[in-house]
Amino acid sequence: MSEAVDAHSDAHGHDGHDHHHHEPTFTEKYIFPLDHKYIAMQYLLTGMAMALFGGFFAYAFRMQLAWPGSDIPFFGHMSPAEYNAAVTNHGTIMIFWVAMPVLIAAFGNFLIPLMVGADDMVFPRLNRLSYQIFLLSAIVLIASLFVPGGGFGGAWTAYPPLSAEQTYNLTPAGSTMWLIAVALEFVAFLIGGINFIVTAMNARAPGMTWKDVPMVVWMICIASILFMASVGPLIAGAVMLLFDQTMGTGFFDANRGGDPILWQHLFWFFGHPEVYVVLLPATGMVAEVITVFSRKKLFGYRLILLTAVGTGVLSFFVWAHHQFVAGIDPRMANVFTITTVLISIPIAEMMFLYIGTLYGGSIRFTTPMLWALGFIFAFLIGGVTGIPLGASGTDIYFHDSYFVVAHFHFTFFPIAFMGTFTGLTFWFPKMFGRMMNETLGKIHFAGTFISFHGIFLPLFLLGFAGQHRRIYDYTHFPELALSGLQDIRVMATISLLTLLAFQVIFVFNFFYSMFKGEKAGRNPWKSNTLEWITPSPPGHGNFEGNFPTVYRGPYEYSVPGRDEDYWPQNEPT
Amino acid sequence: MGHDSNHTPAHYIRIWGVLCVLLVISILGPELEIQVVTLITAFGIAFVKAYLVIKHFMHFNTEKPIIWYMMITGFALMVVFVAGTAPDVHNHDGARWSNTASKAWIEQQMIAGEAGAEHHGGDHAADGDHAEGDDHAHDEGAKGADHGEAAGH
Amino acid sequence: MAMKPLANLRSATGVSTQKLALYWLLVSEVVIFGGVLCSYLMHRLAHPEWAFQAAHTNTMAGSINTVVLLTSSLFAVLAHAAAERGEGKKAANYLYATTAGGGLFLVIKGFEWTKEISHGYTISSDTFWSFYYTAAGIHASHVVAGMLCMLWVANTVRKDVELHRVEIVGLYWHFVDIVWIFLFPLLYIAK
Repeated sequence: MSEAVDAHSDAHGHDGHDHHHHEPTFTEKYIFPLDHKYIAMQYLLTGMAMALFGGFFAYAFRMQLAWPGSDIPFFGHMSPAEYNAAVTNHGTIMIFWVAMPVLIAAFGNFLIPLMVGADDMVFPRLNRLSYQIFLLSAIVLIASLFVPGGGFGGAWTAYPPLSAEQTYNLTPAGSTMWLIAVALEFVAFLIGGINFIVTAMNARAPGMTWKDVPMVVWMICIASILFMASVGPLIAGAVMLLFDQTMGTGFFDANRGGDPILWQHLFWFFGHPEVYVVLLPATGMVAEVITVFSRKKLFGYRLILLTAVGTGVLSFFVWAHHQFVAGIDPRMANVFTITTVLISIPIAEMMFLYIGTLYGGSIRFTTPMLWALGFIFAFLIGGVTGIPLGASGTDIYFHDSYFVVAHFHFTFFPIAFMGTFTGLTFWFPKMFGRMMNETLGKIHFAGTFISFHGIFLPLFLLGFAGQHRRIYDYTHFPELALSGLQDIRVMATISLLTLLAFQVIFVFNFFYSMFKGEKAGRNPWKSNTLEWITPSPPGHGNFEGNFPTVYRGPYEYSVPGRDEDYWPQNEPT
Repeated sequence: MGHDSNHTPAHYIRIWGVLCVLLVISILGPELEIQVVTLITAFGIAFVKAYLVIKHFMHFNTEKPIIWYMMITGFALMVVFVAGTAPDVHNHDGARWSNTASKAWIEQQMIAGEAGAEHHGGDHAADGDHAEGDDHAHDEGAKGADHGEAAGH
Repeated sequence: MAMKPLANLRSATGVSTQKLALYWLLVSEVVIFGGVLCSYLMHRLAHPEWAFQAAHTNTMAGSINTVVLLTSSLFAVLAHAAAERGEGKKAANYLYATTAGGGLFLVIKGFEWTKEISHGYTISSDTFWSFYYTAAGIHASHVVAGMLCMLWVANTVRKDVELHRVEIVGLYWHFVDIVWIFLFPLLYIAK
């Protein structure tokens, strides 16, 4: 599989052929694949393409913020409505069309069957269908940007009445298409999630008990369960909002017997578990990498698993911390403050367990390891800055300020990008049979890591200064138009430009190494887990007909008395 | 795979019969117009019917416990959702807040609805006795009431 | 005939892969319908004036539909019993009967809604009716999906293959029936 995997499918909804015993044609292999590895690539490439859109919007609106009113190269003049649409679609795309497809669908599809010792997902045709629906949702979203009126500009949270009434949002077609795109994406992940969960639960190799499963597999499985259990009320709400938009109903209109705050509850009941849906797979990948590159067992496997499950459960009890100043009952605000502050504890403890894993290890600073360490560092900052937001008293000041923006980027960016780079640089040899260039990888890491901090650390300062979110030109406000604050905005934008420039190095490294990288053997990192016993890349059926039996856990590194410092799961005792 | 006697057609038809009887009770209950009776017959019986379908048609008691845990989690999450949302959506007054828009709407609709109901009963003299704004409200209510009069059920 | 991967045939939990998958689907459906019904319930309790609108629902039609769905569930479980005994053709026939029940349900609903709409009770005339049509509409779309799946399974099992699918599609149908069991008192009896 060293040819370019051009897996963009234009046709959707086709059920395709049954899987015959003949050699698959080009169309069957790359356009309508049933093999989980190819479907993973489709999700990965689509997610990367959508990241270009999401990143472009960030570029455009940050240029507007740094130099308000100027012509933005490759964009032109940005109107307030375009600013709102850029901010809205940046957030929506990054969460639903970058973080979720890459972290869950791409890595889940690629890794789960390999790591549990199976030949494919349990339902390959359903797997293919879930990608097709996902692709359709991406197309609908991109199309929503080009319809008359422009793209939806009511924030990714889509609160009514702004999102419901076209007299307010001025984007009737864009709003409806945005909503339909999100709904389709939900359906795609509901269907896809069933595959991940059932494969992890049922299709494990003989001898693989629940505590022998690699952490990343459990994390993706738990994330899928969280998604499945939380998205239902929002799907109900999305149908209601769709009817409000198109059929004149008044579900969220208090002047007609509805209630706008119902939407907020329906949204955030999903919205909060959603952040753990994307967090857990990233932490799973970090767990895989830090064990391999410190040659040490995972410190507290069962505790980490319990933490993940406990956090997942607790995540259903915290949602209204997003609504502290929306007009919810103050007595409920007290309840949600307590639960929110509580939920910071398990994830912090998980990070400490990771540090415990590193402690005393034989550390190798490869590119994946640098990304994993960077994740732990940046995510800890993100988590800590969430605490003043989770406590209702301080949130009254910080809500809707740039403090929130800085907080969630200090969590989301490590999750979506540092986690992704951790996984991509680590599993690239398995996916493509070649090694990525280490020097370029390290340069990319340093440039990205530093400029990321250059963008978002200053934003905390802007939050302290009281700068509100979702304003396209701060020079309109005398107290925010101070030159010191505008300098901060310019600095953040320049850091973003730097960040974007460094991504060119990654893209070059990724595609160049696919063809010209040093050939990788089966197990270049000397890892224990089952995917590393397959050829690089694995062929159809993965294990060449010899399905492994498992004899031990996935993290038996540096076991005393052995010649090697690793002990693959499938090696008999 | 479970007891044979629970998998015979005769058994299933018996359960179906019980379900139909329960349905009749749940329809007749509200006719007594005692709220507690309505609650028990309409909703209590709904739970009983659901239980019978789950136990006998879906064979829940012979399934592995994991299935039961999964489903109960779904229901439990709905309870959590209502617990967190009802204080804002169900109530229109709370600690230092009040949903005046909803309260105004409800009052307006109650007036219109009662006017419509009396109109339904054919008592036109009562129309003039309603509070201010009633002409407009009456018109809105009358739209529903006139159609209601014609529809019946 | 599609080749199933080995993954499909394993079962570390002891529950068959198909059944486990279906129950995960049902968990997601519980929270979807739960979201709709809980939202409706909270509004209903907060809006006493909805009683004037709710008075105009057709309890007779709702009751008949409840019997129709209960009976179709009976046929679904009889299909399962037949499949357990290896009688593919009989199971298929019971599944066709179940599908017919679903179709009858939709027809009755069609008449019911036509009458209500012609009397001015449209989806936008009052928020009660918005919830009424939305909740019952989402349910009806699941009935349609169930009917299609049932036809597909029936066409396969009448050749005496893949008999385990009868139970799976039946479980889905029972769930759709249970949702209606709760919808019925919520929309028709709570007046």
